[in-house]
Amino acid sequence: MSGKTTGRFTRMSLAACLAFAVGVSTAPATAAEELRIGFLAPLTGGFAQIGKDMSNGFQLYLDEVGGNFAGAKVTFIVEDEEGKPPVGVRKAEKLIRQDKVHLFMGGLLASTGYALAPVSTRLKTVYVASIPAADDLTQRESEKYPYVVRTGWSSSQPSHPFGEWACEQGYKRIAVVAADYAFGYEVVGGFQKAFEDCGGRIIQKIWPPLGTNDFGPFIPTLKKDADAIFTLMVGPMALQFPKQLLAAGIKKPVIGGGTSYDEYVLPSMGDEVIGHVSALQYSAALDNPKNAAFVKKYREKYGKVPSYYSESNYTTAQMIHEVMKQTGGKWPGATKFIELLSKIKLDAVRGPVQLDEMRNPVQNIYIKKVEKKKMHGFAQDELWNTVIKTYPNVGQFWKYGKAEFLKQPVYSRDYPPCKYCD
Amino acid sequence: MNNRRGVLTVIGALVALAIIAPFTSSYAIILITHALIFAILAMSVDLLLGYTGLPSMGQAAYLGMGAYLTAILATQFDFGLGWSFWVVVGLGILVGAATAAFFGLFAIRATGVYFLMITLALGMCVWGLAYRWNSLTGGDNGINLPPRPQFGIALANDVTYFYLVLGFFVASLALLYVLVKSPFGRSLEGIRERELRMRLLGYNTWLHKYIAFVIAGGFGGLAGVLWAHMNGLVSPEDVILTTSVDALLMVVLGGPGTLVGGAIGAGVVVFLREYLATIVPWWQYVLGGVYILTILYLPGGLMGIPERIRRRRALSGSPEQAGKLEATSH
Amino acid sequence: MDTQFWVIQAFNGVSYGALLFLLASGLSLIFGVMRIVNLAHGSYFLLGGYVALSVIWSADSWLLAIPVAALSIAAVGLAMERVFLTRVGEDPLRQVLLTVGFAFLFQQGALDIWGGDPFNIVPPDRLKESVVIGGLYFPLYRVFMIGLAAAMGLTLWLMMEKTRTGAMVRAAVDDSEMARGVGIDTSRVSMFIFALGAFLAALGGVIGGGFLGIYPGLDFAILPLAFAVVIIGGMGSLGGAAIGSLLVGLADNFGKALFPEVSYFTLYAPMVLILAWKPTGLFGRD
Repeated sequence: MSGKTTGRFTRMSLAACLAFAVGVSTAPATAAEELRIGFLAPLTGGFAQIGKDMSNGFQLYLDEVGGNFAGAKVTFIVEDEEGKPPVGVRKAEKLIRQDKVHLFMGGLLASTGYALAPVSTRLKTVYVASIPAADDLTQRESEKYPYVVRTGWSSSQPSHPFGEWACEQGYKRIAVVAADYAFGYEVVGGFQKAFEDCGGRIIQKIWPPLGTNDFGPFIPTLKKDADAIFTLMVGPMALQFPKQLLAAGIKKPVIGGGTSYDEYVLPSMGDEVIGHVSALQYSAALDNPKNAAFVKKYREKYGKVPSYYSESNYTTAQMIHEVMKQTGGKWPGATKFIELLSKIKLDAVRGPVQLDEMRNPVQNIYIKKVEKKKMHGFAQDELWNTVIKTYPNVGQFWKYGKAEFLKQPVYSRDYPPCKYCD
Repeated sequence: MNNRRGVLTVIGALVALAIIAPFTSSYAIILITHALIFAILAMSVDLLLGYTGLPSMGQAAYLGMGAYLTAILATQFDFGLGWSFWVVVGLGILVGAATAAFFGLFAIRATGVYFLMITLALGMCVWGLAYRWNSLTGGDNGINLPPRPQFGIALANDVTYFYLVLGFFVASLALLYVLVKSPFGRSLEGIRERELRMRLLGYNTWLHKYIAFVIAGGFGGLAGVLWAHMNGLVSPEDVILTTSVDALLMVVLGGPGTLVGGAIGAGVVVFLREYLATIVPWWQYVLGGVYILTILYLPGGLMGIPERIRRRRALSGSPEQAGKLEATSH
Repeated sequence: MDTQFWVIQAFNGVSYGALLFLLASGLSLIFGVMRIVNLAHGSYFLLGGYVALSVIWSADSWLLAIPVAALSIAAVGLAMERVFLTRVGEDPLRQVLLTVGFAFLFQQGALDIWGGDPFNIVPPDRLKESVVIGGLYFPLYRVFMIGLAAAMGLTLWLMMEKTRTGAMVRAAVDDSEMARGVGIDTSRVSMFIFALGAFLAALGGVIGGGFLGIYPGLDFAILPLAFAVVIIGGMGSLGGAAIGSLLVGLADNFGKALFPEVSYFTLYAPMVLILAWKPTGLFGRD
């Protein structure tokens, strides 16, 4: 008698497992005119709001065209990658194997980009990197990733013209405080190379870990003889650093990477960031009718000013749409899709965009300064990233030429070396 | 649980799994493989928790050691991608055991909540190193592995890899089963029940616990090797505190002291995190709820349910039946 | 590294330690009295910050936000203890898993209620200024943190040493069976201590929110630090919590400033060593 209950229980469990396995197995049939797009974004954790911005941007475009790309009904599947590369990999596997997506896009961190690219190669599925800026995805490692197309930016792309701009301002000695991971290294590296090439000197590099919220240990070590401070912050870090810098009595000019002052975090910032300058391929304060319409529409729908995270995915949606227009709404297969996407030239919200031969965007880079004012007809005074200079047609190699650029190693913690650090 | 019948049931379930799995979807099979790898880790935790009474909150560290070793050998030394894979398996087990041997020197002296604390701290040390030792571990980028090894058979094939992992799971289960049924295993249970009594009887309880800890570390290292090739990526996120806590939950949920319970628990937790999470946005409430409800209402875990049903039936039946039941249960 | 550097770093370390004291003193007391390992403690910290934000948004008062947040989270903690933790008994593993379950629930709940944006709890303007002494800038907010922690510490010490309630708590910490034997309602003491611990953590969250920010994931990020303090300072000892917070605050600060590469290791390795030498922590009592 004692075995009966166990036996029954075991049989029930086995049956349940079988049911689950079968349930997981039934995948949706692929309709002829359907486009399934998998989307990876952090929906939980410290970057949760960025994830929302990302998917909202895509969704806004989708709603504008009625959920339909040139006849193909778009199924947009969003999965939570939690801001963690291994979770991104697992969810990508699910999207590809279970949901049979035609392409997957998104991911947030550069480290996630480096983790997702091999998945695209392994499972022969298109990966559109709309946000991860990891340089080498479209540079030294691009041969490993024939299925990757980048529609956002590469980390060092805005930093190169920014370095030149810094020389023009007369800065000679700059101290750097940047998040200690690949993205931080690459943004800083690009700036350092260009800045030192036109006579400037990086005199210090401080690397607080990603996620630092107390900069107390780091700020007092800043060299007193710096002309300016270059900061690269991501996510909640961006909110704390300028405040703590000011409280420590540092009154030097502050410039930084685009994510330090992006519209994702700008509304939560205070007057301490007025006058801070950054560089990126988008600003919500771009003063043209196209962007004004975009900002107004986005704000009305989602209650926030769009960040570059939103714009990048909106524009990516637009690009995919343009490709589908050329194929009459039919999925042309991975290789053809990549070929067509690589040839897209678009007048996007951020300005003119096209892709270079390594499948990375060539676009405007805007130097923007934080100001408090009214913009786009909104009634209140708010913080905006006013564009003060535009560098058109900036590619990932800047003025260096592809071959010469690729000869140098990828920007890292120690490259370019800090020649002028003591 | 009636031993012979139990063993046969488990064997039956494994055979069924082996036969059915290749016919499920390409996603289901990697989920199952994922669960099997964590089942190995969970069983190692059960050895410590269920059999020895040591609640270790840092077992993910040994998975991490095995995984990082595999990744570093594969990328920096081009080693482990052919027949040498089997050498890496051995090395993974060794590195897990060696790390446990080192950590055990600090940890085994403690008991109860202090043991919990120190194993937590040790686990965090490994995480800290993985996260910050950029040159070795790639920092938060982690390490991308080359495609899975090939030695006559291509592990890159998901079904093939499933069978390999299943094989390791079965071997681990068998080895651990033999271990817990042996006199050594019995001594561990004695220590779990009444360590003082065991000491008075002349057992070197410290050594027993230490050896169990080292063995568990070895199995953790094995799980790590398999995990590294599972996703082709090793990252500090693999050794965060949540992983160790999940491993404990797998054992408690499945049923401590049953070995197989850990495997069942692994299946449930992996299902929740990897599958339910993709279907509904409120899955984290379910996960939290599972933690809470298991602790409150399922002291014996899922494996303990048949016993509880039996008890309830017997208690609602005749007094002689109840008496018989009381006499045969432990 | 000149004197200025050491002074400022020490000051920063002490102020960070002050915040940690608010967070960890509650955890230490909870452990001391009830032998409970509460992995939801970081959640109390975070929820305190979020509740304060809601109060500030609706009533525009930072001053009001502090007690409202602290008391409401104390109530949450109390409910958790009465309804759930009493049923789990003394098994530390079950406590860990139960409280982790709640931590997950709280985390998701906070995300659903307040969204994913990172926020700052903005203090009154005067606290945003800095005091300049000898050319060094000392942010008033940090001074405020130190002052508040010291005040709380003093209050707690007075309560523990000079009041009857405090005597009952100390008796329960030292030997709960004996305490019950002399007629002390240890169940009531547990309840009080748990609520107090949650109160302190939430207070830490409100104050910390003006300094670290409030964002999803902060709960699990701050938890290991709380444990580091309790372990290093000793479980159940208020004085130990004070010293532990100071040590951790200073070690973390100097560790990051001087050896940034191994910053996490410099925190956890000492934890291990201390536990190995003295399992109850430096000043722990068992």
